[in-house]
Amino acid sequence: MCPQDGALMDAPGPAPVGAHAVLTADDIRRAVRRIAHEIVERNHGLEGLVLVGMRTRGVPVAQRIADAIQEFEGQPVSVGALDINLYRDDIGSVDRAPHIQPTEMPTDIDGKTVVLVDDVLYTGRSIRAALDALTDFGRPAAIQLAVVVDRGHRELPIRPDYVGKNIPTARDEDVQVLLQETDGEDEVRIMKLIPEPER
Amino acid sequence: MIRSTGSGQAQEPTVQIATPPQARTPWTRRHLLDLDELSRDEIETILETTDAMKEILGREVPRVPALRGRTIVTLFYEASTRTRASFELAGKALGADVINIAAGGSSVEKGESLIDTVRTLEAIGAEVLVMRHFAAGAPYLVARHVSASVVNGGDGPHAHPTQALLDLYTMRAHIGDMRDKRVVIVGDIAHSRVVRSNIWGLAAMGAQIVVCGPPTLLPAGMRPSQQQTEEPLGLPNVEVQTNLDAALEDADVVMALRLQTERMHGGLIPSIREYATLYQITPERLSRAKTGALVMHPGPINEGVEISPEVATSIQSVIEEQVTNGVAVRMAVLYLLARGKPA
Amino acid sequence: MTTIAIQGGRVIDPANGIDATADVLIADGQVAAVGPDAGKDASETIDATGLVVCPGFVDIHTHLREPGFEHKETIESGTLAAARGGFTTICAMPNTEPPTDSAAAVEFVVRTAQAQGHVRVLPIGCVTRGRAGKELADLAELAQAGAVAFSDDGSPVADPHLMRRALEYASMHGTPVIEHSEDPALSAGGVMHEGWVSTRLGLAGIPTAAEEVAIARNLALAQETGSPVHCAHVSTAGSVELIRSAKARGVRVTAEVAPHHLALTHEAVMQGAREAPGGLAYDTNAKVNPPLRTPEDVAACIAGLLDGTIDCIATDHAPHATQDKLCEFDAAAMGISGLETAFGQSLSAVPLEKVIAALTIAPAAVLGLDRHVAKIGTLSEGAPGDVAVIDPNAEWTVEPETFASKGKNTPLAGRTLRGQVVATVYGGKVAWQA
Repeated sequence: MCPQDGALMDAPGPAPVGAHAVLTADDIRRAVRRIAHEIVERNHGLEGLVLVGMRTRGVPVAQRIADAIQEFEGQPVSVGALDINLYRDDIGSVDRAPHIQPTEMPTDIDGKTVVLVDDVLYTGRSIRAALDALTDFGRPAAIQLAVVVDRGHRELPIRPDYVGKNIPTARDEDVQVLLQETDGEDEVRIMKLIPEPER
Repeated sequence: MIRSTGSGQAQEPTVQIATPPQARTPWTRRHLLDLDELSRDEIETILETTDAMKEILGREVPRVPALRGRTIVTLFYEASTRTRASFELAGKALGADVINIAAGGSSVEKGESLIDTVRTLEAIGAEVLVMRHFAAGAPYLVARHVSASVVNGGDGPHAHPTQALLDLYTMRAHIGDMRDKRVVIVGDIAHSRVVRSNIWGLAAMGAQIVVCGPPTLLPAGMRPSQQQTEEPLGLPNVEVQTNLDAALEDADVVMALRLQTERMHGGLIPSIREYATLYQITPERLSRAKTGALVMHPGPINEGVEISPEVATSIQSVIEEQVTNGVAVRMAVLYLLARGKPA
Repeated sequence: MTTIAIQGGRVIDPANGIDATADVLIADGQVAAVGPDAGKDASETIDATGLVVCPGFVDIHTHLREPGFEHKETIESGTLAAARGGFTTICAMPNTEPPTDSAAAVEFVVRTAQAQGHVRVLPIGCVTRGRAGKELADLAELAQAGAVAFSDDGSPVADPHLMRRALEYASMHGTPVIEHSEDPALSAGGVMHEGWVSTRLGLAGIPTAAEEVAIARNLALAQETGSPVHCAHVSTAGSVELIRSAKARGVRVTAEVAPHHLALTHEAVMQGAREAPGGLAYDTNAKVNPPLRTPEDVAACIAGLLDGTIDCIATDHAPHATQDKLCEFDAAAMGISGLETAFGQSLSAVPLEKVIAALTIAPAAVLGLDRHVAKIGTLSEGAPGDVAVIDPNAEWTVEPETFASKGKNTPLAGRTLRGQVVATVYGGKVAWQA
């Protein structure tokens, strides 16, 4: 069970061992600003741009990107929040129904460029679920992907357009992105997972 | 709430991000038989999940694949258009396969026992059984004999948990915190499963509950004349009134129950006319309640009997909303039961 | 001469006021002597050291289901169940199919019991023809054929006018009428006691008034006619009070109580005997008529038994096949299979000496069974060689699958009782031994 793909934030997970920080608050701040610039640059401006944060932590990241864009472009960008729990493909492999929250799409996404925003990109399955969800909302002209951390180990042919930091990891490691808005501090940590005892 | 922009007009600099989910105990129940067993936390989980489901129903294509590949069977021994259709829509909105069985047109007629019937359905592949039965306790019996999840869609006069949940959801949407709010339920209390489940749900949320009806329509243990000699009573405390005006005084919510003529045998009320004179919710009676008090009804309505047409269609009436909320609540319940257990 | 002795036990014989350590010697099927060392030369012995020895129990209210409902019980299985419960005489209620409303039907029961029964069966005849409640059955003929009492049990004699005539007519030959007191209009549709549990469970209730109205009626008729009436399975405080004041006025009334009404309340329906795995039990094994009632009613029945208002205990053994109980509560058959738990359950409510009296001399006296079987329910010299050997302290778990009765329907499944029958001797032969 991977605690990062999707919003199983209320799952306790295995006990961490010796977590160490790989990104500080400043690193995160700079990465977000750079991503914001890259988004505007690649899309030649803000026309038709919509940021959609993936619940839970993708949402504050999307908001921070939007705030940064507002700051240096002087224009606001629409931000939405997407809950992908109802699109997951791991029916039966999680033993609890994930807590779901409403999806909030601020505008019609037909013909728009949607930038999906998430904290960590891992196997890619959450993104696949998000793509399914987005197509239920409309037909964007393009969908791009921005993540704070890419930790590798893709299981689907999905690649990010904007990356804060590439952090190669082992499968028995866990990457946790902590944000002021949700966790009270900004930091990205890696820790080793202790396998859960056989139940 | 996230504001949309794009027209260049000024907006708030910071947008409030929807609060991360309060750490709720993960859902582990296999069945939903009544609200008496649910903690306040569990009820909140269902109501919060309903919020998400309501959003899905608001989309142009109200479909998600969350229960794709799952089989839900509705097994109704009592006729019901609205509840069954509500469950069917809920299941389909979640991508499940829904099979409807009306017990009148199946091997049940040949005398197949309830247990044999549900075992057969399970063997065919039913993973969730939504049951409505005329005998109180029937879903409890079934739950002991199948490994599928059982949702009680109404068992005789005993319980109707999804109705109470959608009632709670509707109240919460308008009133918010139900603690100490005065909720008055008027009508055939003795035979109403809606009332019983609502009492459990409202008690869990801390509301003040009033039941009102003639003594003949009040159940044993809730009659004003009875001295409670036994302890404990085993039912949440409710205020009992036979006088409608006294009951409605300062009410935050007024719920009228359908006068269930099919459940009554002779002698419970002299006539519909007399009942309406004493207990019909009219604008005059309603004026005793708080201004803007919600008017609710589980449906179907007998206009002119338990509720006057003006009240039923008034601005305070949330009766239609209850129906819409019903589908969302049932989606939440099906989702939690079907997803909340190991495959 | 075949002899059997039950040696060294604490002999309790309420009829003769005996409560002492002694032997009981039975010769040729009759009690020969009771005293220290009385059994020292017997050919067969049972060691009863540390145990209680008393007359075999007499049940004046058993449903044997044969003929007609053999899937629920037969005379053979029912009498074996009786033996396991310490009963050496049971009176068979006539709600069979066909009902026992003719001499031929009475004779069938007598013959079958003699051929296959493990203990003595005394037949009860119907009050009304076909138990239909419309016309009297041929009561004299039934008595002649061997019926020891009349009853339509299962149903009341609902027509008060007919009940009056029945009491008058039956008094002619001194055969008692056992009346199931219930007003059908008040109980109609009910499946359990009307009270807070029925409200909680959403089940239609049977109010106490349904029994009390009928009891009051029967007492008035008994007073009017001067004929005796026996009230079956009394269950409410109000009924006990009515009977108490009627007896004080000199009305010829007797009453019985079932062990389950001395020990269980309507909560047994809600919770079940074992831990209900989450949720309400809706235990159909607790569905019985009259229903299990409130703690106040239970206390009143116990008090009534202790002060003599209620004369005796009778099991109302009502076995059912599994499929008749394994269904929705509304649809389930009413009745508790009680022969094998009667002693232990009764002992949980009233003292040992009272239980024994209430199961031996008292029921025998109520129906005047002495006229049919001399000295039944006693250990007097010449009494039938019917003896129960009991360990009053043994704790045991009720496992219905092990019952001799075909009816496994008991709300006590999985519960522990204290007081167990160790051996039962009928007519000088061991009918059952643990």
